[in-house]
Amino acid sequence: MVYTGGDNLDKKRILISGLLLGFLGVVLVRFGNPANMGVCVACFVRDVAGGLGFHRAAPVQYLRPEISGFILGSFIIALITGEFRTRGGSSPLLRFFMGMAVMIGALVFLGCPLRMVLRLAAGDFNALVGLGGFVFGIYIGVQFLRHGFTLGRSVVQGEANGLVLPAASLVLLGLVAAAPVFIYFSESGPGAARAPLLISLAAGLLIGVTVQRSRLCQAGCFRDLLLIGDTYLLYGSLGIFLAALVANLAFGYFTLGFSGQPVAHTDGLWNFIGLAVVGLGATLLGGCPLRQTVMAGEGDADAGMVILGLLFGAAVAHNFGLAASPAGVSLAGKTGVLVAAAFLVAVGTAFSLPEIRRLRKGGVTYGH
Amino acid sequence: MATDEHLDVRGLSCPQPVMLLKNALGSHTVFPLTVLTDSKVAVENMKRLLQSMKLQCQVTEQHGGFIITVTKEV
Repeated sequence: MVYTGGDNLDKKRILISGLLLGFLGVVLVRFGNPANMGVCVACFVRDVAGGLGFHRAAPVQYLRPEISGFILGSFIIALITGEFRTRGGSSPLLRFFMGMAVMIGALVFLGCPLRMVLRLAAGDFNALVGLGGFVFGIYIGVQFLRHGFTLGRSVVQGEANGLVLPAASLVLLGLVAAAPVFIYFSESGPGAARAPLLISLAAGLLIGVTVQRSRLCQAGCFRDLLLIGDTYLLYGSLGIFLAALVANLAFGYFTLGFSGQPVAHTDGLWNFIGLAVVGLGATLLGGCPLRQTVMAGEGDADAGMVILGLLFGAAVAHNFGLAASPAGVSLAGKTGVLVAAAFLVAVGTAFSLPEIRRLRKGGVTYGH
Repeated sequence: MATDEHLDVRGLSCPQPVMLLKNALGSHTVFPLTVLTDSKVAVENMKRLLQSMKLQCQVTEQHGGFIITVTKEV
């Protein structure tokens, strides 16, 4: 095969997948999901942690079927297209803790990059501050990448490693459908706002399939722009924003301003820092939280570790009162997110150092 | 120091494959340049980069991995 241009994976495909994601992100609110939170990887993984009883924040407990849908949708389409490939071994334990740091940042802002765009498209100006932080965090991450940051190579692993997370997603679906006594369901608050199970699952699966095909990634979107001037992934985020904006206007969910926005706080500094931590962490991890769920479905065991880190981070954030609320960010939350930032900067520095030393010696740095 | 005209980006996370390829492409690059990768996503990303740099490439699949052969315009 000779490629001379005109690749079939063009900008149209990623734009369409973004539009679909943005549209479903608002339609799910119509069906009952929390306001400006039709889909959110951080919030929903946090709800899953609550549903399993890993934290006892009563308003945010529900085994969100969307999360299982993302992983299984990606898993199914990767099997069909032959892209399912079990790999892992690229600093798994560190990735776990980095996932935890990303979750703490997201819960201080109150949303992952996906919800940030959905909030923006609903007129929430706090999300604009968050976007600034997100881009800043990615910019820091890009500096580490430029200095040779790498968590190491992954290698092909036994298939079972790649099947664990899709299987766990199925178990979660079984649990939410059967609702045994040891599974928690919020009776009020965001966790009680939920679209019908089958609609949530169908939307999750559809998103998993399309995002796997388009490679949409919200950290990658600014990273590639800053690093190599590639605009491909940017079309994904633009698609999410445009579709969500139109849908929010159509459904009457659009309110412009800083205050009174659903499941949000107005503390700009901490909105900025929260998403800066997410941007930095996602850049070092090679993908935003949504992309991590999709890669986990494709058999990437390292991405699977990130998901578990997110889950654990959510439990920690709520057990120790780090998560923000519409009232603002607690002292514990401020401390926690600064610790998360320091941790990520330490990881970035530690894994860029060998390359920096080599540069000082004037040696050849790439292509070993 | 002898430059080997081949680049192994197997197992690296995004965006390292594209970055390494971009760094390998300079005025001193000896064509054809061979790139080894095990990821379809990396293949797509690198193809986009090569397209933007007006370079041609040939992709062959082998043992679940990919070999990209980069050549200058014919």
